[in-house]
Amino acid sequence: MLTLMAVLSFPVLYIFYELPKQIINGAIQGDPETFPQKAELFGLNFGFSVDHIQWLIILCLLFLVLVVINQAFKYIINVYKGLTGERMLRRLRYDLYSRVLRFPKGTFKNMSQGEIIPMITAEVEPLGGFIGDAFAQPIFQGGQLLVILGFLFAQNPFMAAAAVALYPIQLYLIPKLQMKVNLLGKERVRRVRTLSDRIGETVQGVEEVHVHDTSRRERAEFSYQLGGIFQVRYKIYRQKFFIKFVNNFIQQLGPFFFYSIGGYLVIKGSLEVGTLMAAIAAHKDLASPWKELLGYYQKQADSKIKYDQVISQFEPVDMIDEAAQTEEPKDNNSLSGELALTNVVLNDDQETAIVDGANIKFSLNESVALVGSPGSGREDLAMLLARLIQPSSGSINLAGNDIADAPESLTGRRMSFVGSGGYVFSSSLADNLYYGLRHKQIGENPDSEKAKEFQSTIAISEASGNSIDDPNALWTDYLAAGASNDDSLVEQALRVLEIADLTDDVYQLGLRGTINPESKKQTADLVLEARTKFLEKISNEKELASLVESFDINAYNTNATVGENLIFGNPTSDEFDMNHLGNHQYVMKVLDKAGLKEKMLHTGYQVAATMVELFADLPPDHEFFQQFSFISSEELPDFQSILGRVSKEHLDQLKEDEAAKLVGLPFLLVPARHRLGIVTEDFQREILAARKIFSDELPDSLKTDIEFYDSSRYITGATLQDNILFGKIAYGEAEASERVGKVLAEVIADLGLRKAIVSVGLDFNVGISGSRLTLAQRQKLILARSIIKKPDVLIVSDGLSAIETNVVEDIMKKLVSEMNDRCLIWVLPSVSQAALFNKIIAMKKGKIIKSGSYEELNSGGGIAKLIEDKNT
Amino acid sequence: MSLNDEVELLRQVPIFANIEPAKLKLLAFTSERLKFRKGHDLCVQGDPGDAAFIIIEGEADIIIQMENGESKTVNKIGKHQIVGEIAILCDVPRTATVRASSDVIVLRISKDLFFRLVGEFPQMAVQILRELAARLENTTAQLAKALGN
Repeated sequence: MLTLMAVLSFPVLYIFYELPKQIINGAIQGDPETFPQKAELFGLNFGFSVDHIQWLIILCLLFLVLVVINQAFKYIINVYKGLTGERMLRRLRYDLYSRVLRFPKGTFKNMSQGEIIPMITAEVEPLGGFIGDAFAQPIFQGGQLLVILGFLFAQNPFMAAAAVALYPIQLYLIPKLQMKVNLLGKERVRRVRTLSDRIGETVQGVEEVHVHDTSRRERAEFSYQLGGIFQVRYKIYRQKFFIKFVNNFIQQLGPFFFYSIGGYLVIKGSLEVGTLMAAIAAHKDLASPWKELLGYYQKQADSKIKYDQVISQFEPVDMIDEAAQTEEPKDNNSLSGELALTNVVLNDDQETAIVDGANIKFSLNESVALVGSPGSGREDLAMLLARLIQPSSGSINLAGNDIADAPESLTGRRMSFVGSGGYVFSSSLADNLYYGLRHKQIGENPDSEKAKEFQSTIAISEASGNSIDDPNALWTDYLAAGASNDDSLVEQALRVLEIADLTDDVYQLGLRGTINPESKKQTADLVLEARTKFLEKISNEKELASLVESFDINAYNTNATVGENLIFGNPTSDEFDMNHLGNHQYVMKVLDKAGLKEKMLHTGYQVAATMVELFADLPPDHEFFQQFSFISSEELPDFQSILGRVSKEHLDQLKEDEAAKLVGLPFLLVPARHRLGIVTEDFQREILAARKIFSDELPDSLKTDIEFYDSSRYITGATLQDNILFGKIAYGEAEASERVGKVLAEVIADLGLRKAIVSVGLDFNVGISGSRLTLAQRQKLILARSIIKKPDVLIVSDGLSAIETNVVEDIMKKLVSEMNDRCLIWVLPSVSQAALFNKIIAMKKGKIIKSGSYEELNSGGGIAKLIEDKNT
Repeated sequence: MSLNDEVELLRQVPIFANIEPAKLKLLAFTSERLKFRKGHDLCVQGDPGDAAFIIIEGEADIIIQMENGESKTVNKIGKHQIVGEIAILCDVPRTATVRASSDVIVLRISKDLFFRLVGEFPQMAVQILRELAARLENTTAQLAKALGN
């Protein structure tokens, strides 16, 4: 397509250069005597006659048409070029990413994120651009060049030959120079990679830098590397501009020859001025394709280097076979039989055996404990079993399949592994939990609109050789988890959360979560019921009554801020931001109407005075400002100056913005907490009156910015807990939160609401790398993820280190019974739990020294004695 | 009871007696006022200590759990007295249980806050030093008396 377009454009281009000659020679300078004449151009007779001016206009219009056609060709060719380039870039990136997924685990020891990421993102970008050029550029630009040259030669061979006389020198010299630049470019790429690596290391190791005060050394090292890059880049510039100089010089020689030789010929009368001018114009245009063509060859060489450099990084030895990841299994049946290791040896980089000749087999319905001292090879054996590393020799057979060649659909679906490399993705808890159930797309996107939209993009993906699966479609394999729909999947999720001891945590997250009461009407109704029950419960027991102060439209809530009391609703947008109520027009209007403005101003003055008194002596970065003050340390001087300038009796002297500042302060007061004695009962009564005005007169345009509290309605923007409490936990009651939590739990249990709350907790977003969870929670989540997919072989190694020992033991017991007809392999940190397992494998210095039942191994000196490694 | 009343009250607590009112106001403002119902524990022997309490209203028993499992009320404290300061000063677990013998209102000064204030206002540290020295002197005298018997 590109080639065809390019070839088609050439004749048009030729005419385009020829036409100006005709305009000047034929029309402008034409002999008036000959007009009217027949319209004749390029030997074609149009069959009508024209006068002088008409002819000029016709030729000029024709020129205009040619300009349009010529540019249209350029436009189309450029668009296609861009498209091809983008496609290739997409394909390249996809391919590189696919390769990363197929890297053997060891590759990542030698290759860091800092290298891989820029290669896939930034470094291949110019390659894409070049690939677009690769097809069109030589033909299009080369053709253009030939056309223009042809035109020039047709005008006057001497002149043309002179103009391009130095081109061969350029052709010889430029690639040589360019080669140097390219080598430097290669060097630059390499150095920048090291630099990004360095930055990554600093970020990750920043704690060490602070602990050991090495920032100066880090700076020095960084500066050294920057210096290296600087030198290389500077050299590149010098070379580049030298090339530019040579190019431009040779280019400018052209006009020199035209003016001199052409001018001579014109004077002698053997050349017409029009021809010379057309030749100069054509030569000017010659520059661009010639430059492009030279640039093309430069880029080609450059791209080749870049491409080789990138690709060589993405071809590690032992890359996982592509088919192993794409192949779908014939069936998804559970495995039965044995897991057998024959002479399995694993050597490290120094060829020392870490696992040395392991021969063992056990049935797939046994629970197996791997015991040994640290360094005995127990974790490595576990990783071999999970095929995360390949043995140096020997074979591992899982129910009749050699796992070395088994597709990942076998090892990844029928087996599971919980190790120290577990990772929590930045998404919801549920997404993380169901991660192991998402092997392939199993249905359309439930949102048919979106599904259709995706369908329309498939062709483009396919053209670039990309995946055509819809990531937003249905991927979760319910059957694999023993579920049939969303509801029963949640049941399963709850079951495994229980095993992994995560239910309580998720329940707490759920209480702090929000729901859409329309899509989860059932839950919302139950929450409202819980609200009534909770209120009943606390009002019936004297001990509990003062724990929560419920929202009551007719009562002032002393545990809420003045602002909350006034608005008496949940803001749904930033419109009614509690910190800026003093600047809100409508709020001010309400205060005015309630006759409260003056009083708020006085109160604000009082609050400001107190804050200045309390905090003025503290350094500006003191934590108390953040924790306790209504006024930030930056604003404090402003208030100080207001207080110093305007006395309490003359508040009318305040400027408008100062008044707004002061009026805003009391909105943040919570009488039960701040005890400033400012929010008196009179004041409270007045706020209540203002509350009524606020809701009665709220203009339509602001109605969507707030949800008024109504004991019979669910508050959409508030958490489940706040919805049930429908009030504020009291300040000044000892252990109020804990006691409220207990009552809450009782109410929730009574109504059977716990499950719904846990499932809301599953929507919790865990943050980047799960940073919003504790390490123990993350480890439990990773374990739960491995259990829910119901693997036939579950290997637990080293992945529960942050969980308390007694909790781990609890989990272990539950998991042994959960896996009772399947195979559970556990690398035990302590032999004391070994009795829970059917079979025990004892390792020492890479060798399996004994295996058998607990009784068999425990006889004699005991297991601990057996595996004791005196050298370590 | 407003902040100013609390400041008045703090001034009657010996270790705060000589500290200027503005600092006491900050102390009062930044601490929590808590109500413990009769029978509830302010702190439990053996728990890590994270706060000291100043009794504003009501009374509490100081109870020590003996090695043999029996518990014994060794002291009673009331208004204006400070309790729980040992655990936050020297990072030991609570040495006794403090149980409200009537409804009790306290000012709870967290460990962080306490130390920050001491760091901020050295005169407070001196006061505490004096108070502790006085107590030590008292205890020594009692010990001498006990040994003399």
